[in-house]
Amino acid sequence: MSANREIEALIDMMARLPGLGPRSARRAVLHLIRKRSLLMTPLAELMRQVAASARECLNCGNIGTGDICEICASDKRANGMICVVEDVADLWAMERSGVFKGRYHVLGGTLSALDQVGPEQLRIPRLVDRVDSEGVTEVILALNATVDGQTTAHYIADQLEGRVTLTSLAQGVPIGGELDYLDDGTITAALNARRKV
Amino acid sequence: MDWRDQGILLSSRRHGESAAIIEVFTREHGRHAGVVRGGASRKIAPILQPGAQLDVTWRARLEDHIGSYTVEPLRSRAAAALSDRQALAGLNAVTALLLFALPEREGHPVLYARSEALLDLLGDQDLWPLAYLQWELALLEEAGFGLDLSTCAVLGHGANDLSYVSPRSGRAVSRAGAGDWADRLLPLPPCLMGHGPAPDHEIAEGLRTTGHFLREHLAPAMGNKPLPEARQRFVDAFARRSAQG
Repeated sequence: MSANREIEALIDMMARLPGLGPRSARRAVLHLIRKRSLLMTPLAELMRQVAASARECLNCGNIGTGDICEICASDKRANGMICVVEDVADLWAMERSGVFKGRYHVLGGTLSALDQVGPEQLRIPRLVDRVDSEGVTEVILALNATVDGQTTAHYIADQLEGRVTLTSLAQGVPIGGELDYLDDGTITAALNARRKV
Repeated sequence: MDWRDQGILLSSRRHGESAAIIEVFTREHGRHAGVVRGGASRKIAPILQPGAQLDVTWRARLEDHIGSYTVEPLRSRAAAALSDRQALAGLNAVTALLLFALPEREGHPVLYARSEALLDLLGDQDLWPLAYLQWELALLEEAGFGLDLSTCAVLGHGANDLSYVSPRSGRAVSRAGAGDWADRLLPLPPCLMGHGPAPDHEIAEGLRTTGHFLREHLAPAMGNKPLPEARQRFVDAFARRSAQG
């Protein structure tokens, strides 16, 4: 079980990553060492590059390697729609679907009395500026279906009321979901949002 | 050590990768924190939304440990409130004020019953604002800053036109007793005394009065913490709804 100090330090660092504990970090490091030229060296080089270049987009809060991210820089994405998400992981999830062709705005959190996060800690003033300056016609509030998420959505709606069309994501039965396994809240939301077939 | 109780979830925050620390306002044990193993999981996280009515079992090796909870959902109130701006603002105000005002591990069964009844009315736009106002009075009472609205502080039992509240003592003052001091006193709308049909402007006046005591009397006693913003957001949302008619 003993390894030299640098390797132990690497294992300790890896164990701090989400989803990894001390044992899985040890396995990952062992794997990297065994695949040194195929994995470890290129990974180290990429990590060095990303550590030097990764930054938040000054416009939307997405993470990229320049001051303005690729989505904000692309004219094709300027279709008058902005999708507001809580954090970058949500933006990446939306991009995975490939359905949304507009731009994003990353708030960097939600309003939370408990964590003392107020509107000024989020990028809400910047969103209001963008609505005015980018010719936005619709803002999609893609925030989590939680109390904090929807409180934030209502707050943003109040700030933008009358300036732009405001929409939010639907709530209901997920694809592949079985009613028997859904919680009461989801069934209530789905029933309230029923539609003609 | 262990006990089982019912409670209202006040807050939930992630603890590590998979657990959550929740605070529950329970009937017998008051505001009580504990860890929920797996509380950040996809299965349990939706249950742990503020306002949820839970059946909880708390266990710890020693009484002063934070301990762990196992939770069973009884009623989810967030689902009904998420799409209703006013209801959501109300839910946030109630949970934030309870977190703000209640000491830990001290039973408040009367306030618990009032809070449970209030949250069960969530979404009823006709009844909720008055019920909320009455609940704030009960909260002040429970925290030791109750208002005395029975007699005039100046003229005693003889006065029957109680119209103001003294911002210092929290006692009612009649119109005649107020005299030239009326503009320095807080409004006492009939609905604050449980009279009349409680139109929106009266409720707004009542919230102004209870807000003063929450801000100027309760908050300093809590170590001068600012009153939760969620309360002001509810008052603003109520004012907007009233203005829209």
